Amino acid sequence: MSAALRIHDLTLAYDRHPVVHHLSGEIEQGALLAVCGPNGGGKSTLLKGIVGALQPIGGKVERLACDARAIAYLPQAADVDRSFPIDVFDMVAMGHWRSIGWFGGLSKTQSARVFDAIAAVGLTGFEDRPIGTLSGGQMQRVLFARLLLQDAPIILLDEPFNAIDQRTVSELLELVARWRSEKRTVIVVLHDLDLVRRVFPQTLLLAREKIAWGPTADVLRPENLLSARRMVEAFDREAHECERAA
Amino acid sequence: MRARSVSMFYDLLIAPFIEFEFMRRALVGASALALAGSPLGVFLLLRRMSLTGDAMAHAILPGAAVGYLIAGLSLPAMTIGGLAAGLSVALLSGLVARFTALREDASLAGFYLMSLALGVTILSLRGSSVDLLHVLFGNVLALDEDTLLFLAGVSNFTLLALAAGYRALAMETLDPGFLSSVSKAGGPAQVLFLSLVVLNLVAGFHALGTLLAVGIMILPAASARLWSPDITRMTLIAALIGLVSSAAGLLLSYHFNLPPGPLIVLTAGVWHVASMIFGLSGGYLRRLPPRRHLEA
Repeated sequence: MSAALRIHDLTLAYDRHPVVHHLSGEIEQGALLAVCGPNGGGKSTLLKGIVGALQPIGGKVERLACDARAIAYLPQAADVDRSFPIDVFDMVAMGHWRSIGWFGGLSKTQSARVFDAIAAVGLTGFEDRPIGTLSGGQMQRVLFARLLLQDAPIILLDEPFNAIDQRTVSELLELVARWRSEKRTVIVVLHDLDLVRRVFPQTLLLAREKIAWGPTADVLRPENLLSARRMVEAFDREAHECERAA
Repeated sequence: MRARSVSMFYDLLIAPFIEFEFMRRALVGASALALAGSPLGVFLLLRRMSLTGDAMAHAILPGAAVGYLIAGLSLPAMTIGGLAAGLSVALLSGLVARFTALREDASLAGFYLMSLALGVTILSLRGSSVDLLHVLFGNVLALDEDTLLFLAGVSNFTLLALAAGYRALAMETLDPGFLSSVSKAGGPAQVLFLSLVVLNLVAGFHALGTLLAVGIMILPAASARLWSPDITRMTLIAALIGLVSSAAGLLLSYHFNLPPGPLIVLTAGVWHVASMIFGLSGGYLRRLPPRRHLEA
């Protein structure tokens, strides 16, 4: 198995305070990786670094499977303007941007794929509904449908199941399983450790530093979780410059 | 009886345009502004930038004033000056928002106020108060050939450029995070949009003045939002309201001997108030009675 992403001594920071500190590791193609850890532990920041939305102040991310803009990324609080007048079909069709660009029209096949994606997230019949009328769970389904169209080799999801009901979660997890069977690399930030144990073979436990990274059962041991809890919230206004070799 | 009412109708609505060339020119100029202004206004509204349009309109003043100071009431000088001032204020407030702790609204407010004060000062250096009135309130009844061609050109260019940038601009408005994760189109789309707004405000100030130019953009768009939530229909309704207001405002100004610019914007304002009350999509009356609810 070849690597999809290689992370070399990565440090990501806001205002020089590191949030992800000297992280190294490799994510294989087709991996299904959960990223866990306390709030402020750098999980979302790591995804931003991988997708290229945040420039590292040390180290680098090597994207071997595809370039940064081909990565599909669902941020934690997607800044969608829900009052914008657009219907579900058009919203999902945005996933075709990389092939249609500024001017291109949708081919018959591309339209059909939009309908397929909407069907795959269980929203058939909602094509003409304005997005402003959707519930939180339905909106998350729409965003997943758009991810489906992006056809990305690497998919990053940041707490995708927050405030989503059980049934929607399990249906969306079926999509995640499908991505895995298609050998896509899926990285998901999650807080629900039971869910992680059930579904995710690999886990990265992150609390600014890497606490543990490997098979989920080994990573989510009580001693690791305890040290993750200790690491957090140690923001120090007077922090010294980090002396670790870059 | 019927002949008399037809002739009254003719006298009131048609004759002023048939008899006077300046009225025809004013109608063409105002219509050009209304047509290009409606989609811009709709996007300003959707991007919650209605007041940004207003601020930009003020920012144009010193540029136009410098142009006036150098060349008098000259179309190219005042246009170039206005464009330069408007674009630099837009650019500067974007940069300030990015590199300092100030948010974009605060930095824009700062720049437009400085710009406005500077503009009025420059005008007072040389101009009479008549000139100041001309720049502040425009003169749609005195559009010469060149100005008219300029307005029509700007209108056409705006519609074509907006059609080209439409998808990127809509996506940038709806979900900027997504657009920036899949492409670099967001920045160019924003710059294109702001440039078009400035260009139309500059075109608009020749006819309606710097202060009212934004009226023909925002009022019809805000009214249209109260009639339909659909973006295409909103744009069409806004254009229609803009056109009708232009014609009606000119006629009212003709019959009652009042200044045309403010009357065009006031007419659009009447539509706006009516839309707030009667609008089918979010108007007051529509929301008022709790109609019986549905089963699902």
